[in-house]
Amino acid sequence: MSLKDKLLSSYLTFQENTSFDNSILDIKDQAIKVFETEGFPSKKDENWKYTSLNSVTKPDYSLAATGDDAIEFKDVKQYFLNDIDTFKIVFIDGVYSSYLSETTHDGVDVCLLSSALTKPKFKQVIDVYFNKIAKNESLTALNTAFAKEGAYIYVPKSMAVNKPIQIVHLSTGNEANLMLQPRNLIVAEENAEVQVIERHQSLSSNAVFTNSVTEIYAGKHARVDYYKIQNDKENASLIDNSHIDQQESSEVSVHTFSFGGKLTRNNLNYYQNGEHINSILKGVTIIEDKQHVDHNTLVHHKQPNCESHQDYKGIFDDKSTGVFNGKVVVDAIAQKINAYQSNNNILVSDKASINSKPQLEIFADDVRCSHGCTIGQLDEDALFYMRTRGIGKKEGRALLMYAFANNVLESVKIPQLKARITNLIAEKLGVNIGFDL
Amino acid sequence: MLEIKNLNAGIEDKDILKGIDLKVNAGEVHAIMGPNGSGKSTLSSVIAGKEEYEVNGGDIIFEGESMLELDAEERAHKGVFLSFQYPVEIPGVSVTNFIKTAINETRKAKGLEDMPASDMLKMIREKSELLEIDRKFLSRSLNEGFSGGEKKRNEIFQMAMLEPKLAILDETDSGLDIDALRIVSNGVNKLRSKDNAVVVITHYQRLLEYIVPDFVHVLVDGKIVKSGGKELALELEEKGYDWVKAELTA
Repeated sequence: MSLKDKLLSSYLTFQENTSFDNSILDIKDQAIKVFETEGFPSKKDENWKYTSLNSVTKPDYSLAATGDDAIEFKDVKQYFLNDIDTFKIVFIDGVYSSYLSETTHDGVDVCLLSSALTKPKFKQVIDVYFNKIAKNESLTALNTAFAKEGAYIYVPKSMAVNKPIQIVHLSTGNEANLMLQPRNLIVAEENAEVQVIERHQSLSSNAVFTNSVTEIYAGKHARVDYYKIQNDKENASLIDNSHIDQQESSEVSVHTFSFGGKLTRNNLNYYQNGEHINSILKGVTIIEDKQHVDHNTLVHHKQPNCESHQDYKGIFDDKSTGVFNGKVVVDAIAQKINAYQSNNNILVSDKASINSKPQLEIFADDVRCSHGCTIGQLDEDALFYMRTRGIGKKEGRALLMYAFANNVLESVKIPQLKARITNLIAEKLGVNIGFDL
Repeated sequence: MLEIKNLNAGIEDKDILKGIDLKVNAGEVHAIMGPNGSGKSTLSSVIAGKEEYEVNGGDIIFEGESMLELDAEERAHKGVFLSFQYPVEIPGVSVTNFIKTAINETRKAKGLEDMPASDMLKMIREKSELLEIDRKFLSRSLNEGFSGGEKKRNEIFQMAMLEPKLAILDETDSGLDIDALRIVSNGVNKLRSKDNAVVVITHYQRLLEYIVPDFVHVLVDGKIVKSGGKELALELEEKGYDWVKAELTA
């Protein structure tokens, strides 16, 4: 049975085992119909031309964990940011772990989507925001149909969450193959602020397929900074579908650090629904072996006087492959837009490849849109220059790669996170050099 | 310190150096002069260990050991420094970070700990004053957007920081105005000691008015055809390279 058939046939049983009210069930029923019609995307879809899900959808996945998934904190400590105080929302094989988590309802809500979807006191927010930002395309619809757990973050007007929030998904490998569909809803009301760090981490070499959806709402003057660490094991695949609704004068940044995993696809969609909005999309991809990372971004400028900044860097070794597909749409009404996009890549091996495609659809006449894409190799002259100063080949390459990725790291606002990412890069490049960014 | 014996080298099938002999002792300054295409830059690249060049015969001996099998970085660790004619731009790496990395990698190769940050800062301050480099310059990306003079000053700054035993200055005077030339030469002169040696590679005699050599060698068509004292440089300036060439064919 194909994964699609398995999902469709298990939908009813899934629904029977939940306690959602009718408004949520209606949303889910509609969503499963969308997925039934559209199915998993194939390479025939223009948006999936360079990314095939065939190998990802092949295994016979368990759709829910069955076993006992207790984990000791010391065994997973390395996957958390520990040197600063944070809220934590932790899931093990898709199931909430209260033991590893630290949530709050003090002024702001940092808790579980399952509570938010079922408890009356959250109904007002859920009615307004849940599944309202997300586009109804097949993978997001699939998630909507099955979603019951994830992070729920609600920051009321003029509140700032006083410490970063870590959302960590751990998978144990107790199931031979596991499919997860976490769902996050993050609402920052007018003038609110929040910082989120998200990570998916497999603890075994068993196959994990995560189809995640995150909806972010940023009210007037709100600020949201979202950091994604994608450094998973060789049999873990992730499709991240993020949908962001921005209101007037808000700023939302998403940094995506893709350092590992079998296949990673980031569908990052921004909708600017007010004036004077700033949207920031940044990514660093460093992969090897046969890993594949695909960034598919959309910035939809729907109102005048806004900005968007996209900066994606990629370093590809061995037979790894990358895709960057950046779409910018400027509506006719959206004058005085500044939209910048750049995608720079280094191919370390001659078997690695990257497909980079900017797409601009501009219907306004007074706009500034720029896009640039480069694909190159490491500069051999620079390497020789460094060697004559005593910096060996390996370290020299690392230094060049650090320098290449540097400006994306510069905008990370949490110093401890920046240090962690720097260490991850050093680890990836297999060097230990006395170089600070 | 450095002994080059019958060095033959080239790139792909082309022979460029055709039997170079040169002996440089500690405390000496040697100038290698020659017309364009005589092999000056090839000689400096081969000494520094550039892999594109094939050594087809002869040897380069540094402090009693052959360097031919050593990688460029290993030669640097032993104390060989090459100042580039065209220093490479490295965006995203500041001058300070670059020199810190270079020093600590060299120390690592010698089994030493990283230089303490306070010592490093002190040294950077001293050496940048010597080259009249201001602090803002040090936080800029290495060589990116530098003027010709800034690039060369930065090369000599790195030399001052790395304290090599043997410094090869490849066309350090090219692209320098008179002020920059004075600053750069002054830097080099202050770094001279009885324990180190400098090889100045240049087309023109001008630089040698500032960095006064003990020996001058004339390189023509991959061979050293004439050697002498500093007065040879003046004679060359006056009579031109054709004079040496004419003498050769005579």
